[in-house]
Amino acid sequence: MFRKLAEVFGHGLKNRSFVIGGIISLLFFLVAFLSYFWTPYPVEDINIAERLLKPSTKYLLGTDHFGRDILSMLIKGARNSVIVAFVAIGIGLGCGVPLGLTAAAKKGWVNELIMRFNDFTFAFPSLISAIMITAILGPGSINSIIAIGIFNIPVFARVARGAALSIWKREFILAARSAGKGQFKISVEHILPNISSMLIVQATIQFALGILAEAGLSYLGLGTQPPMPSWGKMLNEAHTFMHFAPQLAIYPGAAIALTVMGLNLFGDGLRDVLDPKLRRSR
Amino acid sequence: MRIFLAKRVFTLVLTLLVATLVVFVVLEILPGDPAAVMLGINAEADTLNALREELGLNRPVLIRYIDWVSDLFTGDLGISYTYDVPVSELILSRITVSFPLALLAITLSTLIAIPLGIIAASNHNKPMDFLVMSFSQIGIAIPNFWFAMLLTILFSVTLRILPAGGFAGWDAGIGPVLKSLLLPTIALALPQSAILARVTRSALLEVLKEDFIRTARAKGVNNQGTLWKHALRNALIPVVTIMGLQFSFLLAGTIIIENVFYLPGIGRLIFQAISQRDLIVVKNLVILLAGAVIMINFVVDVLYAVIDPRLRGDKDV
Amino acid sequence: MTLLQVKDLSVTLITAQGPQEVISNINFSMDAGDKLGIVGESGCGKSISALAMMSLLPPDSQTSGKIILEDQDILSLNSTQICSIRGNRIGMIFQEPMTALNPVKKIGAQVSESIDLHMNLNRKQTLERVTELMDKVGLAVSRFPLNLYPHQLSGGQRQRVMIAMAIACNPKILIADEPTTALDVTVQEQILDLIRDLADSSGMALIMISHDLGVIAQTTQNVMVMYTGNIVEMGRTVDVFQNMLHPYTYGLFSAIPHAGSSAQKKRKRLSCIPGQVPELHLRPQGCNFADRCSKVSHKCKAIEPAATKISDQHQVWCYHPLTQEDKK
Repeated sequence: MFRKLAEVFGHGLKNRSFVIGGIISLLFFLVAFLSYFWTPYPVEDINIAERLLKPSTKYLLGTDHFGRDILSMLIKGARNSVIVAFVAIGIGLGCGVPLGLTAAAKKGWVNELIMRFNDFTFAFPSLISAIMITAILGPGSINSIIAIGIFNIPVFARVARGAALSIWKREFILAARSAGKGQFKISVEHILPNISSMLIVQATIQFALGILAEAGLSYLGLGTQPPMPSWGKMLNEAHTFMHFAPQLAIYPGAAIALTVMGLNLFGDGLRDVLDPKLRRSR
Repeated sequence: MRIFLAKRVFTLVLTLLVATLVVFVVLEILPGDPAAVMLGINAEADTLNALREELGLNRPVLIRYIDWVSDLFTGDLGISYTYDVPVSELILSRITVSFPLALLAITLSTLIAIPLGIIAASNHNKPMDFLVMSFSQIGIAIPNFWFAMLLTILFSVTLRILPAGGFAGWDAGIGPVLKSLLLPTIALALPQSAILARVTRSALLEVLKEDFIRTARAKGVNNQGTLWKHALRNALIPVVTIMGLQFSFLLAGTIIIENVFYLPGIGRLIFQAISQRDLIVVKNLVILLAGAVIMINFVVDVLYAVIDPRLRGDKDV
Repeated sequence: MTLLQVKDLSVTLITAQGPQEVISNINFSMDAGDKLGIVGESGCGKSISALAMMSLLPPDSQTSGKIILEDQDILSLNSTQICSIRGNRIGMIFQEPMTALNPVKKIGAQVSESIDLHMNLNRKQTLERVTELMDKVGLAVSRFPLNLYPHQLSGGQRQRVMIAMAIACNPKILIADEPTTALDVTVQEQILDLIRDLADSSGMALIMISHDLGVIAQTTQNVMVMYTGNIVEMGRTVDVFQNMLHPYTYGLFSAIPHAGSSAQKKRKRLSCIPGQVPELHLRPQGCNFADRCSKVSHKCKAIEPAATKISDQHQVWCYHPLTQEDKK
């Protein structure tokens, strides 16, 4: 296991996307982690006297309309993005992968049913789900987690099924079946390890999409609620002050774009590194 | 082709029915008493009862569901609780903003993306390709509402040449309407086109490796000809798939962008309805949006068959 | 009259191991109406030489030498000039009928495409020409309408469409690259007969590329045996088949099972050539076949053999051509 990781890493160092994307993603996670121990200023501190300040040595990125330190809010907002995207991926993996594996193993009407369910879930983009949830429960960060998670389910189900179908055709599966192993055992012991790299790559992409979706929901006020800072929420507040403090709109958006780009680059690089066939054809 | 269409129409109707069921269960049954949700916790018992009566909540659940579905067919969707006008009228007036916006955005993004994808693919591994791919990486990462804000800061706040928001109204004529939709359209279209350009490029590169491309060249078709006459149509299959998927993102995007630019469309309406707890409006809008996505997926499936004769299920000789 | 002359042709391709010379200095020529076979194992360069004649090699490959068709050197033409030769003066049939046709275009349109490109015909004449071609290849329009798509045809029928496309503009040369390898055995015969008859009746020259000596014997008058990018034996097909001189040619021949022949009954096992085709970048210095050859000598490993003329019609690139004794 360790050797394989080291090997992937070794190949990865030769891949530009992998290195650049990896560094940006790592930085993002470190910042999110840092927020548990330290931010330049507490984000709950309201200081009207120092509101809407331009960047200075005291407040590196300036302050918002409540006088809160923008940099501190960005740092803590990173944590929020990580948590929402992470849990949403957990939901997607936890429900989607078993569904996809079952569809690939069973075929017939089970497969048909799961695939139709998939198509159906695709018809409810996370925003529409979030709207429905908010309409009955009121807004909250749980909404965005559930809404994004639901949308992740068909994505992972589809990837898992597609990859599993191709593994089922291989000889070693035939060997396992002739040894009398059941479909469930084969799926868990043989199929899952073989499709894990594809799932990891998809997870990186969904992570990036999750951050984008969370930002969108928070921007609309359907997601994270104050006082927890969120990049989307910060943009929403910045919108009000766009005419006299346009700088407020720059930082959170740039943070989102940079993080998403880093994760996407990392995902692309990882795909090339994990899939030797693609590596050669490039 | 006929059998194929019949099958697809059947699944379409089934999917639409399931969608109505989900929306109905989530918005009418899960909350317990929709009237209580709409009026809030401090409502008087009399007002609650009156609203229940008005909404027909005292009738059995099954009857209410069937009524609602048949109402969807007739277009008689009831009266909005907060606006006090028929919901269908409300939706229709808002669609005149949202639909042109979505249509303009998808047109613009396709017009940008497909040529970019073709340019990148035909200059594979050259500077032009790298440029397009970099544009695509950045475009994918930028949230459309942030891009919308940047556009506003540039064109409305700094240069003051375009309105920061609001809608001129169709009475003002096509010019002012287009002017108020210009920034929203760009904000929606550019990030979308980044993804589409990338898909177009990789689909084309994939197709250009196929045997039948070599056959075409062996016939004496030149590079331009192989690209346009042979590769492009085959590459359209994955492109159309992504365009279908993008439509649902575009709907979501329209909702957000309308809120950025204060456009009185479906997206604004659904937000006002949520904050006013107007469940009647929310319910019908959600099914409208979900139905639109389902319909688009249906159109995409039919388009596949138009593009790729193998999917039509015609008999062999 | 010489129709095609290949002079000192070498091709270098970019592979995973870096640039590799896959064809080294081959020379041959053919007259109008000739039927030439190129035979060898996969990777010997037979398909690459065909692609070189069509100028269809990957863009990063390097070619040297000359391929002269009538009076033009194909390798020196620009892309517009080469497009006017492809499909017009040289037609080509590929191995995989399943993937070589465009799945989203009607077969009629695919056949008429080269006519539109190279012949100055109006719509009605084009349609007549397509109908005539489909008749010729055995897909009478009455049973196989021109608006069918490739997926509605069987492999053999698709290969017939390929042939119709390749001969649409009455090319001077038809190159058939393993045209029957992907087909059922029963269909193979029909397709080979069709190709031979078409060549006979129209007087076009045929280059038949195959790993199958049977196919070569059935369709050609001259044959060229290739091994790792070199020609090892060349001559009239009858001469070469009756008197195989290169150990490799003989090895190829002995590896074919002869059902029911007396030789098969006597010999208990099918012989095979020992060893493997050397990797391109590991080719030995002298004769490429030296490591697998039963008659190898020091000279073979040191210096590449030059052509030895056995007769006017028969050449071999070997220091120790086989004798009757060796073949027992």
